[in-house]
Amino acid sequence: MPQVSMTVNGRKVTGEVEGRTLLVDFLREGLRLTGTHVGCDTAQCGACVVHVDGRSVKACNIFALEADGTEVTTIEGIAKDGALSVVQAAFQTHHGLQCGFCTPGMVMTATSLLAENPDPSEAEIREYLEGNICRCTGYHNIVKAIRAAATELGAARVAAE
Amino acid sequence: MPDGGIGASNKRREDVRFLTGKGRYTDDFNRPDQTYVWFLRSDVAHGRIRKLDISAAEQMPGVVKIFTAADFASAGGIPAGWMVTDRFGQPMKEPKHPILAEGKVRHVGDPIAAVVAETRAQARDAAEAIELDIEELPAVVDMRAALADGASLVHEEAGTNLCYDWGFVEDNRDAVDAAIKAAPHVTTLELVNNRLVPNAMEPRAAIGEYDAADDQHTLYTTSQNPHVIRLLMGAFVLGIPEQKLRVVAPDVGGGFGSKIFHYAEEAFVTAAAKAVGRPVKWTSTRSEAFMSDAHGRDHVTRIELATDLQGKFLAIRSTTLANMGAYLSTFAPSIPTYLHGTLMAGNYTTPLIYVNVRAVFTNTVPVDAYRGAGRPEATFQLERVVDKAARELGIDPIEIRRKNFVKPDQYPYQTPVAVNYDTGNYDATMDKLVEIADVAGFPARKAESAARGKLRGLGISSYIEACGIAPSNLVGQLGARAGLYEAATVRVNPTGGITVFTGSHSHGQGHETTFPQVVASMLGIDPGQIEISHGDTAKVPFGMGTYGSRSLAVGGSAIVKAMDKIIAKAKKIAAHLMEASEADIELKDGRFSVAGTDRSVAWTDVTLAAYVPHNYPLEQIEPGLEETAFYDPSNFTYPAGCYACEVEVDPETGVVSVLGFAAADDFGNVVNPMIVEGQVHGGIAQGIGQAMLEAAGYDADGQLVTGSYMDYAMPRSNDVPSYKVDHSCVTPCTHNPLGVKGCGEAGAIGSPPAFVNAVLDALNGGGIAVDHINMPLTPSRVWAAIQAARA
Amino acid sequence: MYAFELVRPATVADAVKALAAEGAQALGGGQTLIPTLKARLASPATLVSLAGIAELRGVTTGDGQVRIKGGTPHAVVAREAGAYPALAWLADHIGDPHVRNRGTIGGSLANNDPSACYPAAALASGAVIVTNAREIAADDFFQGMFTTALEEGEIITEVIFPIPQAAHYEKLRQPASRFPLVAVFVARYPGGVRVAVTGASENGVFRWTEAETALSNDFRAEALKGLAVDPDGMIGDLHGTPEYRAQLAGALTGRAVAAAG
Repeated sequence: MPQVSMTVNGRKVTGEVEGRTLLVDFLREGLRLTGTHVGCDTAQCGACVVHVDGRSVKACNIFALEADGTEVTTIEGIAKDGALSVVQAAFQTHHGLQCGFCTPGMVMTATSLLAENPDPSEAEIREYLEGNICRCTGYHNIVKAIRAAATELGAARVAAE
Repeated sequence: MPDGGIGASNKRREDVRFLTGKGRYTDDFNRPDQTYVWFLRSDVAHGRIRKLDISAAEQMPGVVKIFTAADFASAGGIPAGWMVTDRFGQPMKEPKHPILAEGKVRHVGDPIAAVVAETRAQARDAAEAIELDIEELPAVVDMRAALADGASLVHEEAGTNLCYDWGFVEDNRDAVDAAIKAAPHVTTLELVNNRLVPNAMEPRAAIGEYDAADDQHTLYTTSQNPHVIRLLMGAFVLGIPEQKLRVVAPDVGGGFGSKIFHYAEEAFVTAAAKAVGRPVKWTSTRSEAFMSDAHGRDHVTRIELATDLQGKFLAIRSTTLANMGAYLSTFAPSIPTYLHGTLMAGNYTTPLIYVNVRAVFTNTVPVDAYRGAGRPEATFQLERVVDKAARELGIDPIEIRRKNFVKPDQYPYQTPVAVNYDTGNYDATMDKLVEIADVAGFPARKAESAARGKLRGLGISSYIEACGIAPSNLVGQLGARAGLYEAATVRVNPTGGITVFTGSHSHGQGHETTFPQVVASMLGIDPGQIEISHGDTAKVPFGMGTYGSRSLAVGGSAIVKAMDKIIAKAKKIAAHLMEASEADIELKDGRFSVAGTDRSVAWTDVTLAAYVPHNYPLEQIEPGLEETAFYDPSNFTYPAGCYACEVEVDPETGVVSVLGFAAADDFGNVVNPMIVEGQVHGGIAQGIGQAMLEAAGYDADGQLVTGSYMDYAMPRSNDVPSYKVDHSCVTPCTHNPLGVKGCGEAGAIGSPPAFVNAVLDALNGGGIAVDHINMPLTPSRVWAAIQAARA
Repeated sequence: MYAFELVRPATVADAVKALAAEGAQALGGGQTLIPTLKARLASPATLVSLAGIAELRGVTTGDGQVRIKGGTPHAVVAREAGAYPALAWLADHIGDPHVRNRGTIGGSLANNDPSACYPAAALASGAVIVTNAREIAADDFFQGMFTTALEEGEIITEVIFPIPQAAHYEKLRQPASRFPLVAVFVARYPGGVRVAVTGASENGVFRWTEAETALSNDFRAEALKGLAVDPDGMIGDLHGTPEYRAQLAGALTGRAVAAAG
């Protein structure tokens, strides 16, 4: 079987995969990083979003071999030294999650959004979440949490300058 | 009162694991030496199996064993948990629902064979090598066609596709007919309550495991109620006694009803694990979920509302065809009957009501409870017909509702459809709604839209639901085959910390956060000292699970009852420690004191004494501090409220934009406002989803044409607005110790009629008049309705 | 998915060689192909991933053209095709952000989904589709639903868009898939106006020539008055009737013209 190597959450990993092995399966079954979820099979729900070389992708819609040599960040790599990231903490503070299943994808997506657009409007947030389905929250508190995270990160940037 | 007790918006403690990818959902578990199953499912809606040859498939790589119905000859069928008696006193038709198809397939997705193999891919590869020949039979999809003479029969042995013909209250039938005939005005509406697919984001999964050393079965499953699964599967399907069967429902990624039911796949992996001597794992794909998770709703209804010319309601007659699908799912028979007919009074004093429901078998996926379950169907038809009556009579839609509301001095209010409302104040929630929805400012907003060529509409609805399910003696009379109490065990540890074992399963509701708030408030200690354990029959003594907005009202009340016993015993111990009379012991802020003195002992002094009983009244009470309580409610609870939706319709494209949504609810007392609001938000989105986007569709051959997210439209973030929600109108429930009513389903019940009423408000006036559009109100349908109205 | 071998050539030449093998199929960004494979609706023996071919990525502007390499993801086009704002906007509104980081222009055009966005831009712009073998005019490229002029094993290496004087892309999303239910790309060039409609027709993307004539004379939405797309041949499904799609084609064309100014 072909071998694949990549850096996942800062750790170099190598594994044997089939051609048809999806990145999400390599993460979940190969590395036992089960925080990345599979919620559909048509690449729409976004529960599997991870970052590959800094860009968000649906891990169910890319083969593990295509991620060979890349830097992958999963939800397990977002909190640093046991402390929630600003986005994660905002999701907790603003009740942006209920069952938690879509949450890893939402956090990864929100993190990407704020990297690309540090001060998004509510409409921009809603548009950016186009590829992430949540069945519990009605999105209200997810949007609120991302807006709050943007404000907090913005204040931190100002303070740093 | 400690910080973070009842009434505090504590942050959820479960969030940290979910936010860091440490949640433990069923598919995250792998058991040693595990195998995988793939189900070969029918791709035709109705047919007879002429040939099923597994011999070639058995030779495929990795195959461990292939199962067919013959392997389950001694197993029972998947049972229905509710027996409905028809209006002639006869029991409903209850055909067998086998684990794997026995000679016939009855819906697309019906499992025929199951391949257990070393990998999931190998199992699927081998399933394709099974030789299957099905003689196709005519499919019955449309309910009216299913009831026509000569219709193809889903179950020949039933002799009919009619499961039951139910009347409620049957004795009122003639009086209602007469009242409608004599009424000055009758508003009639024919409508469809569209079939939905629940679509919890976590697809179902199950792992069966068998330990031959002590003949113990374990099932890990995505369930809202592991004890119910243990009971149904153990007792009715596989014949495994409770003490030999452990059911674990770990973190579960949403349910909305769809994970209440006992499914064939659960029984399969449990039985197969023993048969192959290795764990067997199944994880549904989303495509499989569309054709194997129970669907929701699917009613076709005609409702007639008789009024006087001033808009006073005189009588209601509701006639419904309810789709059961191909088999009776766990709660299916009760949904269109006792969770639907009993709510037909709504918030109103209509004196005469008759509800007729005919439940129909079709060659479609079984239909069962989905968020609200029966109550959204009742509320939708009622709130739609009320709005139509208001338009016909020229009365403001808010005024016609107020004119008919049950008033605060009328409680307890006995409805003509059996239920007895204990308390409420519907005018108060309407007042609040008018305020937060800025109803007064609507005409100006409508004019602003009109200036841009858009049609703006404001829709109102009221709702009441019966939840906190349910008084066992009552539901027993109505055909329930189980009690609907809840159980809790409170285990106080020697150093004062507490573990609460609850039968209420949490799959998003936040029990791990809110239940400690209740316990902490009762003791006056920090909620951080309290842990919640749920979802494992090996840990929790018993439980009926989470559905019907019952966790706090029923499960929470069981915890309160257990805590009452704990406190009573702790006071005995404290009295002994302080050599005082038990009657003089007071508990406040985590300390026991003797009334009128400065003597006190801490909670931890008492808990330690309970487990180190050196100085202890052993002749009066046992050591230890652990109590179990069962709580069986004496009535349903009746959350109620008023909702408003504001939309803008683009007449050129038919696109509806939801510009605002406001909800004023009365949930009784509230333990964690943040969580309550989140529940309402989610319910509203599901309700808007039903009204605007979602529909499970079958073609005439019984093929599911909405079998993935490519065609089944899930609400996304840019389909819905931010919501205004309010729960400040409080009439505490009169019959449970917390005064709580439940909040989980309200949003999904009150919102569909508010949305549809809003669109129709936009489509009436300015030279057009549209009576009704069936859900979902897609752009295509809305545009067509406008065209028809203009023609 | 059925088993297959995944190969990752580094050059177009190697990819073409790999695609010559029996049962070989190209894999662009995979955003459509992978779900198809999951449903076991395709069974290639070999998938030739184009994602690692550096010469297939990039956007360049000059000589009144925007040239996009075939393997360029939508997100890159959105960022780098600013010289043709309507095209950049279109790329920025395909699918969702994650899809845009993987999906490629070549993959989209080669698939020619009747509801895809890019075919509308290519056709309305009179783009030239460059392959490893030849150049194909957009008018010759699209040959009906999921059908193109591409030969077996032929790879789109570049798409050349002439930059118009004015253009706009107006789309209404199908609520489930979020592909266009109907979308219209209007582009005005010195030689005339081109109007391409996607999502509507059973034959895939098409030019609405009556509208083009009217708009070439008078580039205002009012010029469309009295014109209508014939519902005959339009797609009818649970998301919209043929009549509705025809209506949308007309309405969205008017809006696109108004927005293009």
